[in-house]
Amino acid sequence: MINMKRAYYEDIELFKSGTIVFWTIVFLAVLVTFPLYMSNYYLYLFSLMMVYVIVSVGLNILVGSTGQISLGHAGFFAIGAYGTVILMTSLSLPFFVAIIAAAFIAAFFGFVLGLPALRLEGPYLTIATLAFGLAIMHIIGHTEFFGGRQGLVAPALDIGVPQLGWSYVLDSMISKYYLVLIFTIIMVLVAINILKTKAGRAFVAIRDSDIAAEVIGINLTMYKTLAFATSAFFAGVGGGLFAFVLGFFDPFTFNLILSVIFIVMIVVGGLGSVMGSISGAILITYLMYDLFKNVDEVPVVGALLVAFSQQFMTITGMDNFNYIAVGLVMIGIMLFEPLGLFGGWIRLKKYWKTWPF
Amino acid sequence: MGYFSVENLSISFGGLKAVDGISFSVEKNEIFSIIGPNGSGKTTIFNLISGIYKPDSGAVMMEGENMVGKTPDHVALKGIARTFQNIELFKNATVMDNLMLGRHMHMNTGLFGGAFMFGKRSKAAKEEVKHREEVEKIIDFLELQSVRDSFVGSLAYGKRKLVEVGRALALEPKVMLLDEPSAGMNTEEKDDLNIWIKDIREDYNMTILLIEHDMNMIMGISDRVFAMQQGQKITLGTPQEVQKHPEVIKAYLGEEEIG
Repeated sequence: MINMKRAYYEDIELFKSGTIVFWTIVFLAVLVTFPLYMSNYYLYLFSLMMVYVIVSVGLNILVGSTGQISLGHAGFFAIGAYGTVILMTSLSLPFFVAIIAAAFIAAFFGFVLGLPALRLEGPYLTIATLAFGLAIMHIIGHTEFFGGRQGLVAPALDIGVPQLGWSYVLDSMISKYYLVLIFTIIMVLVAINILKTKAGRAFVAIRDSDIAAEVIGINLTMYKTLAFATSAFFAGVGGGLFAFVLGFFDPFTFNLILSVIFIVMIVVGGLGSVMGSISGAILITYLMYDLFKNVDEVPVVGALLVAFSQQFMTITGMDNFNYIAVGLVMIGIMLFEPLGLFGGWIRLKKYWKTWPF
Repeated sequence: MGYFSVENLSISFGGLKAVDGISFSVEKNEIFSIIGPNGSGKTTIFNLISGIYKPDSGAVMMEGENMVGKTPDHVALKGIARTFQNIELFKNATVMDNLMLGRHMHMNTGLFGGAFMFGKRSKAAKEEVKHREEVEKIIDFLELQSVRDSFVGSLAYGKRKLVEVGRALALEPKVMLLDEPSAGMNTEEKDDLNIWIKDIREDYNMTILLIEHDMNMIMGISDRVFAMQQGQKITLGTPQEVQKHPEVIKAYLGEEEIG
């Protein structure tokens, strides 16, 4: 194809070609009209997927682009959820102020966690972040102010400013779905832009060669902590929305497994790519929450699986099979497509372009 | 006291004196070469200048300011750029991104400015385009057009060396430290590099410190040559003087045994 670009701006545009514009519009149209033909359960599932999309896009900035690791993102996620709810109930802040404030609180904690990260690498950093995630969970779980072990119930989702007499309560799943959708679109665009500009390039530079990054004038201290803070901000926003999608949450929702699942999402999707984070988050959320929900309806194998699960694993449901499915997908990705779903997509595109050669 | 000078610089690693009381002074707009056998401490001097190592004693003065004790990013801000002997590029980024990273310290948009780069008129977009124009000049200058969008990891060794020179150039430094820029290049590429280094000096009004093993190149482009061995100075002078210096010949070729 002939490159018909005439201005440098065309290289950094959000929509580089008509094809991208077309598919973006189709995709958005599907998402917007979704509630017309889907049950509340699927709206809930999709809202959850989008919440995880926000978190994994943010986590990928840290892990994929900057090359740091965090096994403590459930901690930031919890700070976002608890922060938003408590700021709304205790300080009666409007929703939008509360969620942004909570995300900034998460970002501050991200900055603080980024400080030891300046000296730690690899497994040591993993342990430090893991400890952070667990600490947050247990501090919240043992403090009455945060609802203790019982957890918290999210208040009515009022997106107006009640103090000014302007109140608009979102109580249906549909309205919450749209709210999450808008947040997701904004956060994804913001992530794409960050990665295309000065800060994003500096992150990649630190990942590829920190010594070269330093001699071209990149302040390592600043950009490493900034990557942690940015990533935590995304997790905070995700957490704030998560609180309202679920309506009720307790501290043990934000356990170590959740942090691991976040990492799984970006590894399966593709490290360092926004599209990868999105696809990974969607796939893993589906596997975790929906895959074996109606397993007993599957002919022949379904009944067997249920019997197997009840005999050897758990009598309450098929949860363990979900973990097995996630594990299998993870192993499959590592074996066949280490670059994740995004890498596979790039390969497919190349194959399509050069077919039949 | 010259424009750029190194004064009595020393560092030792354990018992080894890698650089031992080295002093020299470089004039503005000069091409100053450092030669010496492997392990004589040439690259260590560059690492000391750019702040990667902290010297045990001595000073690195540029325009009357001491660079010792500054972190590498501050040294870069003061106008000292460098390349590496073993190529330190950002492998998983394109040539364009590598060069744009060279513009990093000249860009003002922060994280928030960048995050809200919506539309052509946003501050971030304008700045991106402005610096892209600067980078395109460097791409034209070093004839990197054909690899502009290639990932650095996929390029040939000689091209990577060139991209690294380009990235250093993008910093708009006052002093450039080139650590064996011609290593791994073929004769043709070396000839081109020769011309480019001279052009960089003329067009960009640059002061260049050069470490090289290729003697033809050294003799062809250097104004002065500093020869060292085992961390110590042998001699300093014009290329012709240094070439004839008996200690230099001894260091490179060994002792004469048969008359």
